[in-house]
Amino acid sequence: MEVFVQQVINGLTLGAIYGLIAVGYTMVFGIIGMVNFAHGDVFMIGGFTALILFILVTSVVGLSAGAIFLAILVCLALGMALTGLWNWAIERIAYRPLRGSFRLAPLISAIGMSMVLVNFVQVTQGARNKPVPPILRDVIVLMEKDGFAVTLAYKQIVIFVVTALLLGIFWYVVQKTPLGRAQRACEQDGKMAALLGINVDRTISITFVIGAALAAVAGVMYLVYYGVISFSDGFIPGVKAFTAAVLGGIGSLPGAVLGGLIIGMVETLWSAYFSIDYKDVAAFMLLAITLIFLPQGLLGKPEVEKV
Amino acid sequence: MAATSDDQPASFADNVKNALFWTAIAFGLFILLIGLKTDQQANSIVLEPRPMLLFGVLASVFIATLAGNMLISQRTSARLKPSSVAAGPSWLSRVEPVLKPFLLAFVLVFPFVSIALAGWQGSIKWIDNFGIQILIYVMLGWGLNVVVGLAGLLDLGYVAFYAVGAYSYALLATKFGLSFWILLPVAGILAAFWGIILGFPVLRLRGDYLAVVTLAFGEIIRLVLINWVDFSNGYAGISSIPRPTLFGIPFTSGDDGFAARFGLEPSGLYYKIFLFYLILFLALITAWVTTKLRRLPIGRAWEALREDEIACRALGINTTTTKLTAFAIGAMFGGFGGSFFAARQGFISPESFTFIESAQILAIVVLGGAGSLYGVVIAAVGIVGGFEILRELDFLKAVFGNDFDPAQYRALIFGLSMVVIMLWKPRGLVSSREPSVALKERKAISTDLVKEGHG
Repeated sequence: MEVFVQQVINGLTLGAIYGLIAVGYTMVFGIIGMVNFAHGDVFMIGGFTALILFILVTSVVGLSAGAIFLAILVCLALGMALTGLWNWAIERIAYRPLRGSFRLAPLISAIGMSMVLVNFVQVTQGARNKPVPPILRDVIVLMEKDGFAVTLAYKQIVIFVVTALLLGIFWYVVQKTPLGRAQRACEQDGKMAALLGINVDRTISITFVIGAALAAVAGVMYLVYYGVISFSDGFIPGVKAFTAAVLGGIGSLPGAVLGGLIIGMVETLWSAYFSIDYKDVAAFMLLAITLIFLPQGLLGKPEVEKV
Repeated sequence: MAATSDDQPASFADNVKNALFWTAIAFGLFILLIGLKTDQQANSIVLEPRPMLLFGVLASVFIATLAGNMLISQRTSARLKPSSVAAGPSWLSRVEPVLKPFLLAFVLVFPFVSIALAGWQGSIKWIDNFGIQILIYVMLGWGLNVVVGLAGLLDLGYVAFYAVGAYSYALLATKFGLSFWILLPVAGILAAFWGIILGFPVLRLRGDYLAVVTLAFGEIIRLVLINWVDFSNGYAGISSIPRPTLFGIPFTSGDDGFAARFGLEPSGLYYKIFLFYLILFLALITAWVTTKLRRLPIGRAWEALREDEIACRALGINTTTTKLTAFAIGAMFGGFGGSFFAARQGFISPESFTFIESAQILAIVVLGGAGSLYGVVIAAVGIVGGFEILRELDFLKAVFGNDFDPAQYRALIFGLSMVVIMLWKPRGLVSSREPSVALKERKAISTDLVKEGHG
């Protein structure tokens, strides 16, 4: 029981990170109907940006509790802005000219972009794992039995709070602001939205920026949680987050978060009770099973086939 | 990055402004990732500023954007609109009758030409690194072309079948001592079988979803190969895989070896030449089967499926068998390629079958122009040959310093070229389609004229 509770806590932490990335996939798919293959690597860019910012800030102000708080704030704010800029540039250069083109073209372009991002970071920052100094190591013991303590780490609390807060803000933006309305309008019918005076290109750009900003938050959280990042860390979390988006119902925002939490739980419980070697296989299997048997996802709308 | 969307040519000031805008964007993108380098010191990371590099990159972004904009505005002012739609009968269909025998003859004499030009020792590099390597990818490209180019099913996990073929040969040959020539068809059949197994669940999916599921299957097979150590020996891989023989004559330096039998000087080169012709033979079979299949009902059904799946079903084509045969035949060629790869390398490990490999084969098919056999050849020569040349560019070390390794930029350039070719020619380099049946005369049409439905 204690082991199970501990795994649930860990799974939810991981799931929060996947959920943040999944939102980016689901939004982009919802609005232009493409799988942004490079999104996992945008998350990695966010992680690296956070890494560099964190070291930059802590080398100035030290490693006290307040300094770490400040560093994480700077990482979040600047990281979101810079990663958003990356995704804006990617959309502008590699996807926008291909809008309305042959249907495989944007996907191929996205695969190319994904390779560019991975190898760009490898070339400029080196291939080794990049650790940050251990931070927020304290834990709260929730319950203890037979020497096994169920703990909730401070960093897990930080991850939950930040994720919930940012998803809340994001939810408000999409539901209540003119920008969110424009976005939902483009999602439902791009042509009609354009006729009604919505700047579709701009809305799509903003969607990419928001998606990347949330991926950057995931990058910061990943760095806080694991304390290490490498250039190749985008691919697997990217695929898992995509699984989360599909599982939750692609195009559905609460679905993406729900899917993320489920994927995080499945992965942690699988590692704990079956085999840690096959945890990625489990995630990929889940992706295949979902797409085959439940392509509309848990909270998505079934797709209507039109000629 | 077009300077203006209307017909008015942009002024020089506009171009500069636009270039400055993109330089500012690049500054934002690169200030952290290029401007600062994370270096490991003891057990912590320190940052090392690289202002000169950042400045150099930004300056080249400025110059490149400015030059690009000038070019575009010059074109606009000259009213030189690119008109790819009015392609008409393509240049390819006109030169094809000459091109085909010429290319074939060139490939056939390639080993001897390279021996004559580069000498006995120097030619190994040309035959092995360029000839065999390119031909492997040409063959894989043609194999994947059945799935992607003809049937229009985007497969991102093609390397799985390549792996199935390679491991079938490696395991059966090392455990049971069977010969290459028996195992080649076996590997092909096993791969085709896996093609059907993996193809069956994904029948309902299309487009991007299909791509992602095939990607997942490819990764699952690789992860199983890594983790199921009893079966595949995990990361350590399988070594000392036996070499293929020429009608029972082994390529060894012993008394019954190839060189000794024919009274030739012992050399490793014969084996390479043999491998060259072997892969050429396999590739030509792939091309031959593909062209023949295109004329058969099944090939026509594939192409119909690519154009419009719903119309296909309405016409009574069984989409299930059509898709499955495409998967199976594509996978079979992947299996042949895989067993050749295992035999050539003598060692295989899951590292050879990563997603990058799938992406590379897919890129060869799509960049060359899906459906076009010549396009695949052009793209394979460009991409694979380009990589090999990049490895040879030692003089760049003199320019950029000693720790500059051009091979490091391989995948970066590869990714960039994928994006650039898509932007420039979304349909690939050879983007014309020749109908397999025609009323009076066969006319190749530009794929820009073909609108694809669901598929």
